[in-house]
Amino acid sequence: MSDLAEAAIAPPGLPRLNEPAPDFEAVTTHGTIRLSDYEGSWLVLFSHPADFTPVCTTEFVAFAKIAGTLRERGVELLGLSIDSIYAHIAWVRNIEEKLGVEITFPVIADLDRAVATKYGMIMPGESKTETSRCVFVIDPRGIVRAMIYYPLTTGRNMDEIMRLVDALQLTDAHKLATPANWRPGDKVIVPAPLTLELAQERVADGYECTDWYLCRAEAPAATSEPAQPAPAS
Amino acid sequence: MACLNPDGTLTRSAQAVLAALSAPAGETELLQRTSLPRFQIRSLLRDMTRAHLVDEAEGVYSLTDDGADLLDTVSR
Repeated sequence: MSDLAEAAIAPPGLPRLNEPAPDFEAVTTHGTIRLSDYEGSWLVLFSHPADFTPVCTTEFVAFAKIAGTLRERGVELLGLSIDSIYAHIAWVRNIEEKLGVEITFPVIADLDRAVATKYGMIMPGESKTETSRCVFVIDPRGIVRAMIYYPLTTGRNMDEIMRLVDALQLTDAHKLATPANWRPGDKVIVPAPLTLELAQERVADGYECTDWYLCRAEAPAATSEPAQPAPAS
Repeated sequence: MACLNPDGTLTRSAQAVLAALSAPAGETELLQRTSLPRFQIRSLLRDMTRAHLVDEAEGVYSLTDDGADLLDTVSR
């Protein structure tokens, strides 16, 4: 079989961290949208199994409630499911009517599964006809920076999505990392030194070090400031 | 097409972008002149360019005669 024929039948590669997000042009509740329309903004692309289902409805309400805070951080939301545009419109209107929550972000009607397939949102072991609860955080250059996959039965946690966005934006602005259960305002991790000399200097640098490879610092308040060592005490 | 209603009138978001093009502008200026997010401005500009309501030259958008006429109908 020729390489071209093999490529034609091979399943598309799944998105990988730090690689370009798969491109798309899709029909949405806000008209036709391309991935490139988000260039310059962060994007949280998420899928849900189906419109007019209970867990998805609670999630949509929860996403709508964080949409404003995300936009303040330069982050847009974009939903997706394998439903028609008419189903999306009816569901969004129903949520506003029954729950009093306006869904301000667009929702992709991915009836031909083109976007869902590119992003590996369909998990055949779970459902062959629905997308799982996937979240892709895509940076302003169109690079996939984080992925979350939840099963059909478990609604997502908006605090974790906010925390993830905050951590990505902070670590992009400064050369640092965030520890387990980090929340904005908590101390951050200073990257481990890569030479013996740096390791010896690190301990003497005034950071809060458990040992040379595990040092913490106060999180920078402003995005233009580098992480500062904690005052020696 | 997200910029036009079935009866050929402008949608509200399309009206906002066309009104902001009273003077030619690039994307960044349109962001400042409207309250619309960047993705929506780009999507609308693409639609309105296809519908010959807007012209684009080197990243600067301006109203066509058709765009100006349609906007004028709204403001009447």
